[in-house]
Amino acid sequence: MTPPITILFHNARLIDPEAGTDEIGALLVRQGRILARPDSGQSHDAILRPHGLTLSDVQMIDCAGKCLAPGIVDIGVKVCEPGERHKESYKSAGLAAAAGGVTTIVTRPDTTPAIDSPETLEFVTRRAQADAPVNVLPMAALTKGRDGREMTEIGFLMDAGAVAFTDCDHVVRDTKVFSRALTYARSCGALVMAHPQEPNLSGGAAATSGKFAALRGLPSVSPMAERMGLDRDIALLEMTGARYHADQITTARALPALERAKANGLDITAGTSIHHLTLNELDVADYRTFFKVKPPLRSEDDRLAVVEAVRTGLIDVISSMHTPQDEESKRLPFEEAAAGAVALETLLPAAMRLYHAGLLDLPTLFRAMALNPARRLGLASGRLAVGAPADLVLFDPDVPLIMDRFQLQSKSKNTPFDTQRMQGRVLATYVAGQAVYRKDL
Amino acid sequence: MQPPSFDQPHLLGIEPLRPHEITAILDLADDYVVLNRQTEKHSDALSGLTQINMFFENSTRTQASFELAGKRLGADVMNMAMQASSIKKGETLIDTAMTLNAMHPDLLVVRHPHSGAVDLLAQKVNCAVLNAGDGRHEHPTQALLDALTIRRAKGRLHRLNIAICGDIAHSRVARSNLILLGKMENRIRLIGPPTLVPQQFSEFGAEIYDDMREGLKDVDVVMMLRLQKERMDGGFIPSEREYFYRYGLDAEKLALAKPDAIVMHPGPMNRGVEIDGTIADDIKRSVIQEQVEMGVAVRMAAMDLLARNLRAARSGGGR
Repeated sequence: MTPPITILFHNARLIDPEAGTDEIGALLVRQGRILARPDSGQSHDAILRPHGLTLSDVQMIDCAGKCLAPGIVDIGVKVCEPGERHKESYKSAGLAAAAGGVTTIVTRPDTTPAIDSPETLEFVTRRAQADAPVNVLPMAALTKGRDGREMTEIGFLMDAGAVAFTDCDHVVRDTKVFSRALTYARSCGALVMAHPQEPNLSGGAAATSGKFAALRGLPSVSPMAERMGLDRDIALLEMTGARYHADQITTARALPALERAKANGLDITAGTSIHHLTLNELDVADYRTFFKVKPPLRSEDDRLAVVEAVRTGLIDVISSMHTPQDEESKRLPFEEAAAGAVALETLLPAAMRLYHAGLLDLPTLFRAMALNPARRLGLASGRLAVGAPADLVLFDPDVPLIMDRFQLQSKSKNTPFDTQRMQGRVLATYVAGQAVYRKDL
Repeated sequence: MQPPSFDQPHLLGIEPLRPHEITAILDLADDYVVLNRQTEKHSDALSGLTQINMFFENSTRTQASFELAGKRLGADVMNMAMQASSIKKGETLIDTAMTLNAMHPDLLVVRHPHSGAVDLLAQKVNCAVLNAGDGRHEHPTQALLDALTIRRAKGRLHRLNIAICGDIAHSRVARSNLILLGKMENRIRLIGPPTLVPQQFSEFGAEIYDDMREGLKDVDVVMMLRLQKERMDGGFIPSEREYFYRYGLDAEKLALAKPDAIVMHPGPMNRGVEIDGTIADDIKRSVIQEQVEMGVAVRMAAMDLLARNLRAARSGGGR
């Protein structure tokens, strides 16, 4: 470890999701934690003296009025180790995260084989610690092999560091198996992340049902399948009292059910993906497979309803749902092509679209991208509070750019934002006060 | 020479065509009908060009029609039955396309079981691509031959009441026809059980009926579709006999249409499932045989126009 350093970020536009504020200020960081948040207008000397520091002890960073926010905590990142390291490794995912302002990645267990035993979990933890410059917190499978029959060793896996349990896009079809897993998870205090979807109704679908899918002749699924899946899961939560997080809510019709479940005091939170917030079904255009995600991109009405739900806080979390796919899995007819998109590096500029469109302000965005996911996982990060880890992102929300997929750090380049005009660029990323990424200025 | 009236590099679907381009194909096809009825049926429009038919899905009629069309125009025609070949060995669609492209074909006729596959292929080759049916998406030459059949039987291709009946959901023929007939300003009714008729099609201006008797009232054209059993992955109808009772075209239901209404079917027919055999064979009402004849003419016209554009682009250094 390098010796602990003290940094004073000054002249920063501080985005504080906890207080809901967006104002110029300074942040004093020492030994990887936030030491103080002095009032703006104080001289540097006045800031440092109470802590027994002088200017020579401190690295000064002039943020030039750019935004300083808690680093992004991204739930649901796929790193393709073990099994498909050519698509994404811990090293490449870590570099991508750092370049994207993501300071904590919460990884998915839908690898080959699935991360469903303490031994596999230890393997990936070791790989992550050796290679990734950001915090990596693994999730483990809820059932063995993610095939919905037998629950995994939830207790052992928690001891080995699993922060949540999920079968990812595999829905546990057997409600008896799922209810037992939820009951057992509750006894361990484990968080279960599920994919709300009625799997029979959505089987084989490549698009959301509507005019566009009908015209393109794509097999489609009604948005109702998501609500049916969520309704089932909510009923099971009432039965079991488990801690539950819905990975992606993408349709307007699922929102009232979510609202009722929260009002009834169930321990439920929900996420959505950045793609469902910024793209819609029409973006698929002429069968562009980089826009094939799961669940499929929805109608514009659904997109706007989900954005509004993020604004009100009904949807708690925005995730990248980073899913690397190689060229071969995407260069296929739409129905056959693999689903998923890389997004660690495009999450922030895509989120800035919502900011520049006047739909969400920056504290609200960082509430969903940093504060809420950290809270849900019991982490101290995601905040600009004194004592919190100095996991920070410095970014310019306004700078224009044209996304070039071949500039991405990810091994896989399957981003739907390729060649698109965007605004917002990460200038630097800090994990525990150490710079893990710095854009050449 | 008239100004260019068909300005397309490929024929991937009806959707990209403008009404005057549709008319251009049909007008030229009318000429080829005359040629095809002569004893000497040869033209040199495609002479020197190579046409490859790539069928990733079974087809007898469409493939034969394209093959004959190409041969009558003097092209060198090669058929490739793709299910039997490299796909089985794990080659991807794009690799197959690149391999064929290296053989310098000029016209590529492609059928594929997945929607959008022909569009994908067209992006990777530098010749004219004709869609011979992709998944549930489009089957443009079928819609064009249907349009030609209607135009010749009815004397016009606008302001007609046209009923498309049966398995709309799984039918690329229905999609292409809906788009073409809509572009030419006809009134279209879609008739079938709601499990087989996507309600979203009402947004394209079609009227949807689940009662066939209601839907057939006073129509000029009755297009029957084949029940696509091979595309169904679950129960869409309770049984074929109930389907025939409710949605099969028989004399009693046809009596509700206009007295001079014509009956069409893209083939192959399931007699006794979607159409009564006696209706299909009734030469006063059925134009099913004409459809097959028009198919060759329309495909000749489409390939001729694409070949003209291809030659112009290559010689002009344009596209």
